[in-house]
Amino acid sequence: MRVELIKRPQQSVLFSVISPFLALGLTVVFGALLFIALGKPPLTALRLYFVEPLTELWSVHELAVKAGPLILIAVGLSVCYRSNNWNIGAEGQFIFGAIAGSSVPILLPGFQNFATMPLMLLLGMAGGAAYAAIPAFLKARFNANEILTSLMLVYVAELFLDWLVRGIWRDPAGMAFPGSVRFPTAATLPELAPTQGNAHFGFLLALIAAVAVWFFLARTLKGFEVRVIGLSPRAGRFAGFSTPRMVFFSFMLAGALAGLAGISEVSGAIGQLREVISPGYGFTAIIVAFLGRLNPLAIIGAGLLLALTYLGGEAAQISLGISDKVVRVFQGTLLFFVLACDSLIYYRIRVSFGNAAQAA
Amino acid sequence: MLENILITIATAATPLLIAAIGELVVERSGVLNLGVEGMMIIGAVIAFAVALTTGSPWLGVLCGIGAGILFSLPFAFLTLSIATNQVATGLSLTLLGIGLSGMIGESFVGRPGVKLPLIEVPLLSDLPFVGRLLFAQDPIFYLSIGLVAAVLWFLFRTRAGLTLRAIGDSHGSAHALGVPVIRTRYLAVMFGGACAGLAGAHLTLVYTSQWIENMSAGRGWIALALVVFASWRPLRVLAGAYLFGTVSIGQLHAQAFGLGIPAQLLSSLPYLATVVVLVVISGNRRLTMVNTPASLGRAFVPDR
Amino acid sequence: MAKRAGNSKNRDALAGGQTTMLEVRDIVKTFASLRANDGVRLSVAAGEIHALLGENGAGKSTLVKMLYGSLQPDSGEIRWHGKPVHIRSPAMARRIGIGMVFQHFSLFDSLSVADNIRVSLDPVFAGRDLAERVRELSGDYGLPLNPDWLIGDLSVGERQRVEIVRCLLQEPELIILDEPTSVLTPQEADNLFLTLERLRAEGKSILYISHRLEEVKRMCDRATVLRHGKVVGECDPRKETAASLATMMVGSEVAGIGRVAAVAGEVLLGVENVNLAAATPFAVPLREVSLQVRAGEIVGVAGVAGNGQGELFRVVSGEETLADANAVRIRGQACGNAGINGRRRLGAAFVPEERLGHGAVPGLTLSENMLLSRHESDRAAFQFAGGLIRSDIVLEAARRVSAAMDVRKGGDDPEAASLSGGNLQKYIMGRELDRKPAVLVVNQPTWGVDAGAAARIRQALVDLARSGSAVLVISQDLDEIFEVSDAIVVMHDGRLSKPIAMAKATYEKIGLLMGGADPGHGVHAEAGDAR
Repeated sequence: MRVELIKRPQQSVLFSVISPFLALGLTVVFGALLFIALGKPPLTALRLYFVEPLTELWSVHELAVKAGPLILIAVGLSVCYRSNNWNIGAEGQFIFGAIAGSSVPILLPGFQNFATMPLMLLLGMAGGAAYAAIPAFLKARFNANEILTSLMLVYVAELFLDWLVRGIWRDPAGMAFPGSVRFPTAATLPELAPTQGNAHFGFLLALIAAVAVWFFLARTLKGFEVRVIGLSPRAGRFAGFSTPRMVFFSFMLAGALAGLAGISEVSGAIGQLREVISPGYGFTAIIVAFLGRLNPLAIIGAGLLLALTYLGGEAAQISLGISDKVVRVFQGTLLFFVLACDSLIYYRIRVSFGNAAQAA
Repeated sequence: MLENILITIATAATPLLIAAIGELVVERSGVLNLGVEGMMIIGAVIAFAVALTTGSPWLGVLCGIGAGILFSLPFAFLTLSIATNQVATGLSLTLLGIGLSGMIGESFVGRPGVKLPLIEVPLLSDLPFVGRLLFAQDPIFYLSIGLVAAVLWFLFRTRAGLTLRAIGDSHGSAHALGVPVIRTRYLAVMFGGACAGLAGAHLTLVYTSQWIENMSAGRGWIALALVVFASWRPLRVLAGAYLFGTVSIGQLHAQAFGLGIPAQLLSSLPYLATVVVLVVISGNRRLTMVNTPASLGRAFVPDR
Repeated sequence: MAKRAGNSKNRDALAGGQTTMLEVRDIVKTFASLRANDGVRLSVAAGEIHALLGENGAGKSTLVKMLYGSLQPDSGEIRWHGKPVHIRSPAMARRIGIGMVFQHFSLFDSLSVADNIRVSLDPVFAGRDLAERVRELSGDYGLPLNPDWLIGDLSVGERQRVEIVRCLLQEPELIILDEPTSVLTPQEADNLFLTLERLRAEGKSILYISHRLEEVKRMCDRATVLRHGKVVGECDPRKETAASLATMMVGSEVAGIGRVAAVAGEVLLGVENVNLAAATPFAVPLREVSLQVRAGEIVGVAGVAGNGQGELFRVVSGEETLADANAVRIRGQACGNAGINGRRRLGAAFVPEERLGHGAVPGLTLSENMLLSRHESDRAAFQFAGGLIRSDIVLEAARRVSAAMDVRKGGDDPEAASLSGGNLQKYIMGRELDRKPAVLVVNQPTWGVDAGAAARIRQALVDLARSGSAVLVISQDLDEIFEVSDAIVVMHDGRLSKPIAMAKATYEKIGLLMGGADPGHGVHAEAGDAR
């Protein structure tokens, strides 16, 4: 069997649009097969995954809670990936942002006024940006592979957080579980509609960030710079753009957004700093970014979809006893199919069986 | 006492070595496979599951290798046949692998597994000091050393190895000369998958004999860094793996010692060491320019 | 070593009548919507040097790739020694006795000469003594090589030797050469011709692809002319004139460029004593590079590829900045430490060698590529305050440029990658000319561009100079240099020669400089050269 790739003269607009949907369809089919293999009713399971969480208001709120961080991080990653900076350490930047922002309620418990929350958010962004600056610096100055450095720093960040909440930042009044003091109201991100559910302002911040970054990428010169450097660094130099500066810019922007997501999650959803504050948002956000084809507006939808899988997984576990690990499998498969389908944007694929026709 | 420590270093180094040597071959052919971590952990869980259910650790090893190969095929198909982005595809396989292994391994958590028996070379294993270290080890250890020698011989002394290196240097030139670029890369990727699977089997059948979720703990990524550290040369991979093994074991012992250094800091040493190593090697531009396979990570689409 | 039965047959054939070695009948090959070869017929006799003529894009490379097995024809027949063959792969082509030396080398920088050759040889030919045989055979044919050299360290001419020796080691009966002299100095080309004559005397046949008419007239027994994928003529080139051959290739009279002697004004571009270390192990350091270009003048920088042209371009354009501001002056302003946009603001424009990936981004549209080099210089027009792009104005500019340069494209604002080489080059040129720059620096203005677009581009350069600008043209094409320049400097191994006025320039003199005969001083400091 031969698979031939024929390059299209220009990117296919049609496939740019339908590729994520095609990938979703393939994932659903794969999911159905997986459920059958696990001995669970496929249609019921799919309904639990994708439809059930949308049926009740409080569940939709949970969707927003989960989607917020995913969208925030993915929007930052879209700028990184578009400029060919492979930031895989968003999880670590999330954590550092959370730590930096949490320093206010933990170290200055008396500081409780209208400025507390904004300060926390700003520190969160600064913390994430600073942590992201490390792999950026190592890449710009030493040409060290940013995938590996940013990823190694994730492990370091997790260990650092663990040390903090078990040690110097541990709540002395806390019981068996390690964690910081619970944040006071002034240090808690307010909810959007408290009577309906738990969705907090983090989701709103995510939407604002998505629109802002979309505008930035599409309409401004700096956004143009991001795209040029990602597509062709030599042309970027010809245009007078600096690739090393872009490394810093993109990493720190993504770090700031990831840090913002971190502090919003901690102050909005969790209410304290704990040893585990993320169900892998930093990695799932990578999938969100690709599913949204690195377009911040599409990322909003992609983030909501992946948040849906988190909730659906919980629902399926309760109702059908399907392990919540299956969610991870779903998410990984989705990325896999997204990449495969994206190929159709650039190439036509021709599959031939037997020997290719020879010259007459 | 020292002898025991050295043996544990070898045990820590072996999975790194195997995964790295496999990835070295893959990268020498011009393909960047970031899915090593995923393939490793799939190998680990499959090896454990098979060994436990059949009672035979040997079968476990074989299936671990097979799982690694199978799991590398989707990666190969996507990156080689339909030219997807190698970085993103590798990542997707790692994420998939971690999820899949978590799912498969769920029912095995907490259950004691089967260990691979040691192979003791008669007479030699009674030597003082080196006896147990070199001649009374698990079979995968011997295999790891053999692999390094085999890869060294293959790459630099055979025509097939020369062809593979040529593809890594310039897949365009290789293709123009009629060299089967894609077929060779498929084989290389499958070999890399086999190695990653074998490394995973080592984790659950030698290193410990249990299954813990996410137990590869980034070893696949460290193996990737090792390949860079070694400037794509097999003997340096051997040195690097053992260096890392030393750091890993060193920090464990330091933790047990009770030096007053926080355990988390010590645990982060292998990861920090990886960063340092990458910086030192990559910063030397001449070294990287001359040794990096020039077509590494770039998609190859032949004109018909 | 395998001997071919055919060789003795060939020598007999020379003595008696000519036997046909290769025959091509009605070959068709289509790529997407483009018919690269449309019913091509060709026949090469034993012991013949046969030229395959045509301009860029005529289908020559496609045809020979099919002869070499890299591509498969859609229909048609190839006959070898009278029998039909399907050449499925390069290995098979080599086996039946067809060898090829590509225009773009298939070499591996990190491997040695011997290893490079070993990779492409069938195992039958690659024995342990390969290194020795390489040394012997290369010396034999006047193309000496050391088998242990790393390809990355070799010059372009030396790399070509590797390609030729690799081809000869498999004892081909037919050798295809694709534009072999495009990378050689005139003297190296002469050496090559000696080798070819020797091969012909041995009874081998040569299929010689070129668009260089003087060479073809000198070396070739017969010629087949391709145009737009079809055969438009077969002839004996020795009986034709360069003009008649050119007309066959292009299909119409090729207009010469209207050249008027330049009236040089003040110095608009000055480079003074630039030294630049090599950035990478395989790069060329620049040494004591100085040149001046005056208003109304075109200075041509001749030289074989790989002697520092790219580095020179980067230093002049500002992609590489220097510590000494005075090292580069544009319109009298010191700007050696300024970046590329700083120099653009002083009135300079630049066109690099690579279209896709340097001068333009393949995945972006033409209008977006307009912004690439002009976002800073045309800031007032193209941007709102705060960095917001005025896409409508940019699109308007792109349309204007496309119309002015007659750029053929699909759609109003297509991706750059979808344009043909010639059209994209016209656009890129037009983009810079649209600014009416006081200084224009261009590297390889017409490389890989069809004759029509090339003529237009060269005319545009001349017109720009005539209007009072200073133009610096870096080119490997000596014909082009001679056609447009008022003065020539030669680049070799990172050094520039003294300028030579057109009146005093000859191919031989320039060729010697290109080959490094003169390190930049001495020989050419004749009276009348000094300005």
